[in-house]
Amino acid sequence: MSTHTSGSGTTDDRARQPVRRRVSTRALLVAGLVVALLVAGVASYYASSHPDGLEHVAGETGFLDTAEDSPTADSPFADYATKGVDDERLSVGIAGVLGTLVVLVLTGGLALALRRRGPTDPTDQAPDTSDERASAPERA
Amino acid sequence: MHVPDGFLDAPTSVATGVVAAAAVGVALRRARTELDDRTAPMAGLVAAFVFAAQMINFPVGAGTSGHLMGGALAAVLVGPWTGLLCVSVVLVVQALFMADGGITALGTNVVLIGVVTALVGYVVFRALQAVLPHRLGTVAPTAAVAAFVSVPVAAAVFSLLFAIGGTAPVDAGKVLTAMLGWHVLIGIGEAVVTGLVVGAVVAVRPDLVRGARPLVAARELEIRTVAA
Repeated sequence: MSTHTSGSGTTDDRARQPVRRRVSTRALLVAGLVVALLVAGVASYYASSHPDGLEHVAGETGFLDTAEDSPTADSPFADYATKGVDDERLSVGIAGVLGTLVVLVLTGGLALALRRRGPTDPTDQAPDTSDERASAPERA
Repeated sequence: MHVPDGFLDAPTSVATGVVAAAAVGVALRRARTELDDRTAPMAGLVAAFVFAAQMINFPVGAGTSGHLMGGALAAVLVGPWTGLLCVSVVLVVQALFMADGGITALGTNVVLIGVVTALVGYVVFRALQAVLPHRLGTVAPTAAVAAFVSVPVAAAVFSLLFAIGGTAPVDAGKVLTAMLGWHVLIGIGEAVVTGLVVGAVVAVRPDLVRGARPLVAARELEIRTVAA
């Protein structure tokens, strides 16, 4: 705050705005993805193997036997088990991680293709300059 | 709740397929208004998280389990139309690669798990927001209640579809009662997961939560001191 004599004001601007030091969008996305991958890759092994609500009701009321095998039942990742991987923990983990990444890429790509270009949303133009784009030149 | 092939007859499956396609078509156009440079990557993350979370079946008693559906969660985080698309992509990947949910039943699953939970979840969320104090602290609990409601509603819609086009001669009333009973319990899990996840994102970056945006605009005027 005391170095106002400096010509290029970028560092000073940052010092004046503690708001900027919040969790960056990038950090949030990376943390979220790590959580998703851990859930799908590790925690999934510990999931309950009991039938789900619909399957239970189908069994109880007597229409479970009308279920047909999916045409994709022979897929390499059918039932979240990776074909050829005997270790159960690894088998479900691989299927989970790959599935999570496929969903991420498909949905992320779709969303990027659909998005509006440029900051047309009023909240993007709020005086809060903590948007990542505002600080991008500093990183360059 | 993933419906396998065979539970519903062909006409019902075709009808839900048409409804699903129409809903996704509308969502593809409407999602444009929800997506910008900042929220588009969030949509990818939300879909990835919903896929991962759907692998975690939690026990709800009597040898039965349930897992997150995620429509309400996605709708609050990235908007109802983008949320609907997120869950739809999850369902397509599950059906094609994991054999989770049937292929002729894909439309049914998109309607139940995508359209119904995202739209019901969002409507309940906005309705509660309208009557509750405009504070960021209400966002996560409101999302949790919306998520809770969305699950038995989806169960009721399945029961309705079963009454119309179920292939087995089973009493529709019995199916409805049983579906509602179990999915109220599963809805509690849905509420807990949704509340925790929305609460976590609101705590660090409320501006990235679609459902919190009206509250964030006012909050920008506060003087905040955030630790590095």
